[in-house]
Amino acid sequence: MKLSKNKIFRYLIPVFLVAVYAGYASLKVYGQETSADSSHAHGGEATEMVVEMDAQHAGAENHENHQEANHAENAHGEEKVDAGKLIMEHIADAHDWHIATLGHTHVTIPLPVIIKDDAGIKVFSSSRFEHGHATYEGYKLGEKGQIVAVNADGSENHEASFVDLSITKNVAAMMIAVILLCFIMLSIAGHYSKNRNKAPKGFANLVETLILFIRDEVAKPSIGPKYEKFLPYLLTIFFFIFFNNLLGLVPFFPGGANVTGNIAVTLVLALFTFVITSINGNSSYWGHIFMPPGVPKVLWILLIPIEIIGMLNKPIVLMIRLFANITAGHIIILGFFSLIFIFGAMNQYLGLGVSVLSVAFTTFMSFLELLVAFLQAYVFTLLSSLYFGSAVEEHHHEEHH
Amino acid sequence: MELVKPGLGLVFWMTLTFSIVLFILSKFAWKPILNSIREREDSINNALNAAEEARKQMDALKSDNEKLLNEARQERDNLLKEARDMKEEIISQAKKTADDEARRIVASANESIQAAKLKALNELKTQVAEISVDLAEKVLRKKMEDRSAQEAFVNENLKSISLK
Repeated sequence: MKLSKNKIFRYLIPVFLVAVYAGYASLKVYGQETSADSSHAHGGEATEMVVEMDAQHAGAENHENHQEANHAENAHGEEKVDAGKLIMEHIADAHDWHIATLGHTHVTIPLPVIIKDDAGIKVFSSSRFEHGHATYEGYKLGEKGQIVAVNADGSENHEASFVDLSITKNVAAMMIAVILLCFIMLSIAGHYSKNRNKAPKGFANLVETLILFIRDEVAKPSIGPKYEKFLPYLLTIFFFIFFNNLLGLVPFFPGGANVTGNIAVTLVLALFTFVITSINGNSSYWGHIFMPPGVPKVLWILLIPIEIIGMLNKPIVLMIRLFANITAGHIIILGFFSLIFIFGAMNQYLGLGVSVLSVAFTTFMSFLELLVAFLQAYVFTLLSSLYFGSAVEEHHHEEHH
Repeated sequence: MELVKPGLGLVFWMTLTFSIVLFILSKFAWKPILNSIREREDSINNALNAAEEARKQMDALKSDNEKLLNEARQERDNLLKEARDMKEEIISQAKKTADDEARRIVASANESIQAAKLKALNELKTQVAEISVDLAEKVLRKKMEDRSAQEAFVNENLKSISLK
């Protein structure tokens, strides 16, 4: 992985051009919409996030009639920015991946919908739903973008039993992150097997620093001599969380999804830690839970449930900590951007003024989130290794009894 | 509530993906990377140990050299000291011998001077006595040339002799 400065710039130039064009396009759209009172110029503050915002609140109207007269009114009505809804829409999962809105065209990537019901497995593109306007194969998108079964007469059927295994935005983002992760790590592994006993160079050096950090500062002190068995898992969760956190901070495709801020993702990660802890728990680990040593047997009635709750508590804490931290970061950043539109709806100059503050705050928050991205990956890994450590630790006080 | 309700689809995909990733990375990434890191650390440790060993040997060699040098220096000092002592001894010996000799020479000179002096005095005494006797003889001979004076003298002396 040799990324010279020139190469990075070569990749950045198209991104920059797209951003500039998106800003220009949204400016033009605003100009058209408001030619009557010409009071909507704040599209000039073009950042990718702004484009996304435009897209969000222009989204609902897309498939309605597009007559200019109606539209101007419509747009006016839509000016009441519902920041809460906007943010929740971003944070929640979705069945298509919205990239940008250029003029009236939504650039979205339709993602595959996979539904398993009594009739078998159905696989089709989410574009069949036409953003919630169409019913396909007896299903449609509900209020919050979730898939709901539809009766023959078109009403929603909440009793229908089906499993939604769609490749949603989060699944797709996670897969992109995972492919990136595997690609980078495998190429680094290749670099290592090619350059035996030599100092690492470039990107491998950076990754090695992190690997050594996890090995020497996290795994070794918290697990003890048996750390090597757990090291692959710890490295995997660390880099998995770290990569997804970082990609979540990138405001445009293929980042921007809230993968590690989704409770399903953190649930699975925490479950993995829990299962590995339980599998590797030695007799003294389980003994402490089901036969707490050093207390009268009468108290076991009280202590065993407490110990079991404590055991289950650990993965739940892991799950909630990561979910809450990353979601909170996304909410704060989006909140600052929503301020621009909330104030812009009151008065365009107010919006412009606030945008300066918002961008400043968001920049600050983004730096903080970069720290959090690392910190949460570190904390998850550290706590996992502490749990593993408690599972394999040899307690020696049996000798005293 | 939508936010804290884990979606089943995502749980499924996440479990599947993560398991695959865990497998792939453990087998094809972490294993070779960690192994080669460990190998490198071992080789670095070995190199450091070897360097330490070499340094110790160097130190030992150096201290040996130092010891040898010190011994040689000591030896030289001893030799010098001995030589100096010897020189002083020789000088003092020579001085003593010379002194003794001088004293002996002076003493023998004194003796011979004394002897010569005694001899000379004796000779002088003898000569003085001979000269005195000669002179006395000559004086007496002169005085006794006159017969009457001799008789007078004898008579005079005879008078002073009283027989008892």
